[in-house]
Amino acid sequence: MRHALFLLLALTWACAAGSARPARVAGAAPAPAQAPAPAKQASGEASSVDRPQYPSTYQRHTGRPVLIRNATIMTAAGQEIPNGSIVLAAGRIVAVGAKVDAPADAVVVDGTGKYVTPGLIDEHSHLGVYAAPGTDAESDGNEATNPVTAEVWAEHSFWPQDPQIPLAIAGGITTIQALPGSANLIGGRSAILKLIPARTVQEMKFPGARYGLKMACGENPKRVYGQKGGPSTRMGNMAGYRGAYIQAEGYRRKWDKWNKDHQGDPPERNLKLETLAEVLRGGIYVQNHCYRSDEMAQMLDLGREFGFPIRSFHHAVEAYKIRDLLAAAGTGAAVWADWWGFKEEAMDGIKENAALLQQAGVRVNIHSDSPSGIQRLNQEAAKAMYAGIRAGIPVTRDQAIRWVTANPAWAIGLDSLIGTLEPGKVADVVVWSGDPFSVYSRAVQVYNDGWLVYDRNDPAHQPRTDFQLGQTPGPGSDR
Amino acid sequence: MIALLLAQTIAITGGTVYPVSGPKVANATVLIRDGKIVAVGAGVTTPSGAARIDATGKWVTPGLIDGAGQLGLVEIGAVPGTREGFLRGDTIAAAFNVAEGLNPASMLIPVTRIEGVTTALATPLGNLVAGQAVLIDLAGNTIEEMLVKSPVGIVADLSESGKNEAGGSRAGVADRLRRAFRDALLYERRRADFNRAQMPPLPESPPDLEALLPMLHGQEALIANANRRSDIETALRLAREFKLKLVLAGAQEAWQIAAELARADVPVLVEPLDNIPSYDALGVRYENAGLLAKAGVKIALLETDTHNSRNLRQEAGNAVAYGMSWEQALRAVTLSPAEIFGVADRYGSLEAGKVANVVVWSGDPFEFTTGVEHVLIRGKETPLKSRQTELLERYRKLPPNY
Repeated sequence: MRHALFLLLALTWACAAGSARPARVAGAAPAPAQAPAPAKQASGEASSVDRPQYPSTYQRHTGRPVLIRNATIMTAAGQEIPNGSIVLAAGRIVAVGAKVDAPADAVVVDGTGKYVTPGLIDEHSHLGVYAAPGTDAESDGNEATNPVTAEVWAEHSFWPQDPQIPLAIAGGITTIQALPGSANLIGGRSAILKLIPARTVQEMKFPGARYGLKMACGENPKRVYGQKGGPSTRMGNMAGYRGAYIQAEGYRRKWDKWNKDHQGDPPERNLKLETLAEVLRGGIYVQNHCYRSDEMAQMLDLGREFGFPIRSFHHAVEAYKIRDLLAAAGTGAAVWADWWGFKEEAMDGIKENAALLQQAGVRVNIHSDSPSGIQRLNQEAAKAMYAGIRAGIPVTRDQAIRWVTANPAWAIGLDSLIGTLEPGKVADVVVWSGDPFSVYSRAVQVYNDGWLVYDRNDPAHQPRTDFQLGQTPGPGSDR
Repeated sequence: MIALLLAQTIAITGGTVYPVSGPKVANATVLIRDGKIVAVGAGVTTPSGAARIDATGKWVTPGLIDGAGQLGLVEIGAVPGTREGFLRGDTIAAAFNVAEGLNPASMLIPVTRIEGVTTALATPLGNLVAGQAVLIDLAGNTIEEMLVKSPVGIVADLSESGKNEAGGSRAGVADRLRRAFRDALLYERRRADFNRAQMPPLPESPPDLEALLPMLHGQEALIANANRRSDIETALRLAREFKLKLVLAGAQEAWQIAAELARADVPVLVEPLDNIPSYDALGVRYENAGLLAKAGVKIALLETDTHNSRNLRQEAGNAVAYGMSWEQALRAVTLSPAEIFGVADRYGSLEAGKVANVVVWSGDPFEFTTGVEHVLIRGKETPLKSRQTELLERYRKLPPNY
C-alpha cells in the first residue's frame, strides 16, 4: 500500500543513491574481479589513511550442502532447465544441470513444480536508512544540509533491525544497494549489503564490494536547496556537480603524487573529496538518480568532462528515449515497471521502457526504491517483460530474470560473484512455489551464501527483527 | 432508424464469460444494446447487424472497480495546482463533495481504463472529515457524464493521521467526531433557532452539519479510514452509537477481529499489498484480505496509488496468493465494491439490465501474461490508446517521429 502522503514524502526524499569505496578493501572474503586491489598497508600505520576503512565483518554461516532437485532452474545465464538440479556447498554453487552429483550428506529439497532463480538484487533500496516504522527518528537517508555531501556513507545510517528487511528477504532478495536519498546533488556513498539478519551493518557488508556514489538530477535538489542558497535550477545543478569534481581533481593529484613518492607529510584528508577522487580513479561507481532523458545526456557529458563513466541511471523513466546513447556509453538503466506521474519529471514513464532498453542492448534492471516494491521485484520484472512482448518488443524470460539478478549484479560490480546460477558463483538462490513471473508464485526458500535465511514453511527460518518482538501479533492470533 | 439502433448493439461472442453473479459460462455471448447488457449466456443469438467482438479463447468480465484513489482529482502528484482532493481549513469538511473538482480530460483516465479498470471511487483526502466520495466511470466528456453516484459516502479519518485534526490524541478523534455528529443532529432539531441566531453558533458550518445528516440517517455510508485494531473498534463503536452504515477503509489490522466484522456485517476496503509496519498498524500483513474473506466479511480490494490504479488486478492476484480464492478476489474488484457503494443494481456483474462495463482479456485478468483486448464502458468500445501508447509509438524507432 502506498499512502498518498507517504508516497509523496518518499518520492521527495528518497530516490537516489550512490556510493564509493576507497581502495583499501578489508574483510576475509574474496574480492570480486573488478574490485580495486587492496593497497599496501603502510608500515607503522602512521595515520588514519593507512588503516583499514570500515571493513566488512561478514562471515558465512556454515552448514550442510544442499541439493535442490526436480525443479525448473532459471540460471539467468541463458538457460531454463526443466527437471533440473542444483547443488550448494560451502557457500558456492557447485553444480547446476539436468543431472548433478551431490555430496552424500546434502540436505535434499524436492523442487517438484517449483522454480529456482538466483537471489534477487535490488540496485536501489532505502531499507535501513528509511526504516519502518517510518518516524522522524528513523529518517536517516538524506543529509540535506548541503547540496554536496559526498562525505556521508549510507552504511552509517543503516539500521539492521529495520522490520522491512525480513519482508524483503521473504521476497527473494539477497543483495541490495542501500543508498542515500536524492535531496542532494551528491548524496553520499551507497552500501552494498547482503540481506541477512545481523546485529551490525558491518556483518552485512558484501565483502570486497566497491561503493557507489549517489548523485541526483532534476527536481529534488533544486527544490530542497532552492530557498537554501541553491542550486535552484537545473543549470545550477550542473554547476554544482562540476564545481565539486574540479575540487576533487586537485585533491586527487595531490594524493596520487604523495602515494607515489611519500615525500613529506601526507596531504590532509578531506572526506568529501576523498570519495569524489575515488570516483575519478574509477574505484567508486556513480549511481545517478535521473528521470529525464535530456538530463541523462547532460550527465553523460559531465562524466566525459571528468573522465568517469556513469555506471547506472536510476529511476530512468525516460531512458527509452535515449537508449541509443546509453548503449553507446555502456551505462546501465535502473527502472520501475510502471511508476509514473507522481511528479513532472516522471510524466513520460511507459511500461515498455525496460523492453525497449533491452532491445537496444542497454543493461537494464528493475529496481524498487520502495519497501513494498522490493518484496516483489519478480512481479515487476514480469509486468515489464509482458508489456514489451504485447507491444511487439521481444524479451526472453532469461533476459527478464536478468533484470533482477545478473544486471543489477553488474551495476554494483559483483557480476563475477552473484546474479546467475553457475558453478563457482555465490550460493544466493531462491526457490519459488511456481513460475516467478506468475502473480500467484511466492518465494518458498531463500539461500544467502548457502544459508537458508528464509523458509515459508518453517517458522524456524522466518527471521524477525528485534523491533518486531512483543508487538506484532503472530499469524492467526487474536492477541 | 432501425439501422441506427442496431449500430448500438454489440455482441461479444465465443468467450468464457465470468458474470460474477453466477458461475462462469463457456462459449457465451454478452449482448449489449444502448449501453446496457441485454443478455448473457451460451444460447444467446446475435441479432443480424450487431457489431461483433470475437472473444473466442478470451475471458470476459465486468469492468474492474477500484474503491480508492483520486482518479480525476490529481494529474501530477507533486504539483499542487493539479490536486483537487483536499479542502484546506475545514476540519469537518462534510459538505465538500469532490465532484466539481473532477477533470474528465485527465490523462490518467485513459491510462487506467485501457487496462480494465472502468470505474473508480474518487475520494477526498485529509482533515478529520475529508468530505464526500463519488463513484465515476472512466469515460465521459463532462463531470455529469462521468458520475455514477454522488455522493457515495462521507470519508472520515480514524487513523493516526486524523489525530492532527483533533488535538493530537486518538481519544480526541473519537470525541471530535462524536461532537460533530451530535451537533448535526442538534442542528437538525433546532434549525430554525440556529437560523434566527437564537442558538450560539456551532464549531461546524451549517452546510457541513447538513451534509452529515444523510449519513446520520443511514442513507449514506461513513467510509472510515482506520488501521489499528483499536481504531477499527472505535469506528464500530461510533457506528453503533449513531446507527451508521459503516464502511472500513485501509483496515490493516482488521484481520484480528475478522469474525466480529463479519457478525456486524461491516464491509472492508483492503489493499492487499500492504504490509509495511508503522505505529498506526504494527500488525499489518499480506494475509488481511484472505483472513477477512475466510471469516465471511464483504471485501473490496484497492489499489491506492492513483497513477497505477491499473495495478488493481495485480493486487487481486496477490490477494489470491495470500489466501483469497480466485472467485472471491474477482468479486472483490467487481460486484462487492458495487454493493458496498450502493450501485449493485447497475454495476458489478454481467447481467441483463446492468450498465455495459465489460472487459475482454486474453486470459486470467490477474496474471501478468494477460493483456486487455477490449474495454467497453457504458456499452461503447474504448480505443486502447493513452498518452503512454502515443509516447511508445513516437519512440518505438529512433530517431523519434516528431
